[in-house]
Amino acid sequence: MSYGQSSVVREVGVDERRITVTVNGEKRVVEVEPRLLLAHLLREGLALTGTHLGCDTTSCGACTVLVDGTPVKSCTMLAVQADGHEITTVEGLGTPSELDPVQEGFSREHALQCGFCTPGMMLTSHALLESNPDPSEEEVRWAISGNLCRCTGYQNIVKAVLWAAEKKSGGVS
Amino acid sequence: MYPSRFRYEAPRSLDEARALLTRFGDEAKILAGGQSLVPLLKLRFAAPELLVDINNIPGLDHHREDADGTLRIGALCRHVSLERSALLPGRHPLMASAAPLIADPIVRNRGTLVGSLCHSDPQGDWASVLLALGGSIVALGPSGRRTIPASEFSLGPFQNALLPGEIAIEAVVPAAQGHVSGSYLKLERRVGDFATAGVAVALEMSGDTVTRAGIALTGVGPSNIAATAAEQALTGRALTTDTIDEAAELAAAAAQPRSDHRGSAAYKRHVVATFVRRGLQRQEVGAAA
Repeated sequence: MSYGQSSVVREVGVDERRITVTVNGEKRVVEVEPRLLLAHLLREGLALTGTHLGCDTTSCGACTVLVDGTPVKSCTMLAVQADGHEITTVEGLGTPSELDPVQEGFSREHALQCGFCTPGMMLTSHALLESNPDPSEEEVRWAISGNLCRCTGYQNIVKAVLWAAEKKSGGVS
Repeated sequence: MYPSRFRYEAPRSLDEARALLTRFGDEAKILAGGQSLVPLLKLRFAAPELLVDINNIPGLDHHREDADGTLRIGALCRHVSLERSALLPGRHPLMASAAPLIADPIVRNRGTLVGSLCHSDPQGDWASVLLALGGSIVALGPSGRRTIPASEFSLGPFQNALLPGEIAIEAVVPAAQGHVSGSYLKLERRVGDFATAGVAVALEMSGDTVTRAGIALTGVGPSNIAATAAEQALTGRALTTDTIDEAAELAAAAAQPRSDHRGSAAYKRHVVATFVRRGLQRQEVGAAA
């Protein structure tokens, strides 16, 4: 497979690299042009369209994925740089029968309106709770300050993350 | 958005990186955190022939103090490491106060201080911090190492003093003497936006007397500006309402703001004076600790 150019016509002589990336626990070996962005590899190459491209200018955080557990804007990282690393997208966060506490919190607290920022918000929130299981409201707001919600639905997003923290600590069932 | 095509190499050592840079010279760009460079590539403001990704080179992600208190920040030290550093609070208060204000939390996970300096965006925050602290940048090139003072490192918007074939490997902050204080004040419309105006204040004091003052300005000129007249006005004196006012006015006079969508030139100049005053008042004689 080849990404970063038309999948129908493959230009001769274009520099491509074979990379091995673990995406949502599954090892994938792909050939990429060095200029291909991680976001495009995920969306177009691997058909994981849960990663949304919002601003495409490193401002909005909609394309956030986890690289080795750390939130990164996938529109601002080259796919070739993911070689040997583990990527988690929203598709790998939970399953319909076993949601991540953050996903459950977003559902319960109505933390999404249009839903466009939701995958990035949830991955950032998930990473926060991994490193800080009991965040204050202020800490939640600080952690998600790189993720924009154009619906301005922050109030419920913060509630959802706090709900998820409590759920993870066994406080709610 | 796609960048133009480029060659990509990810060397495993500084020697390998140096060889690539020597060969490609001006046509090569270094990729560290990529939080400024990748957007530039996508907008095609930059179209290098070769990208040298240094992320796989070991030994560059440190920030540590030498025995004499000199602080060294490696080319792969991410903003987040400085934000969470146990070393900076207390010993390097200006650095500690600036780190959480760089860009946004996700960008801080990947972006680097040295990369920010090399990018030489006049709205970059770290360059003001390094100016106020009298820092420098260590460059490695075909003819060895050299140290470039922060005051000579930026030549203008997006232009640094590195020669073709050189790579910045470390930022250095000299050890401070006496009682050390400092803070970074930044006005931004929202988290992650560039500074409308920013001010770095660093003080070294002996009793009530200022022995060294560093004041530098962000976003109000073609480069970050060292407010040297304001620094000199404080040196050897006590911080009083009068000396603070004088320094604030001199710093505002040193600013070269332009009116834009973030505010008018007059407004930005006013913000500079206010921030210098606030940064200094925290250390004023008789101020609450």
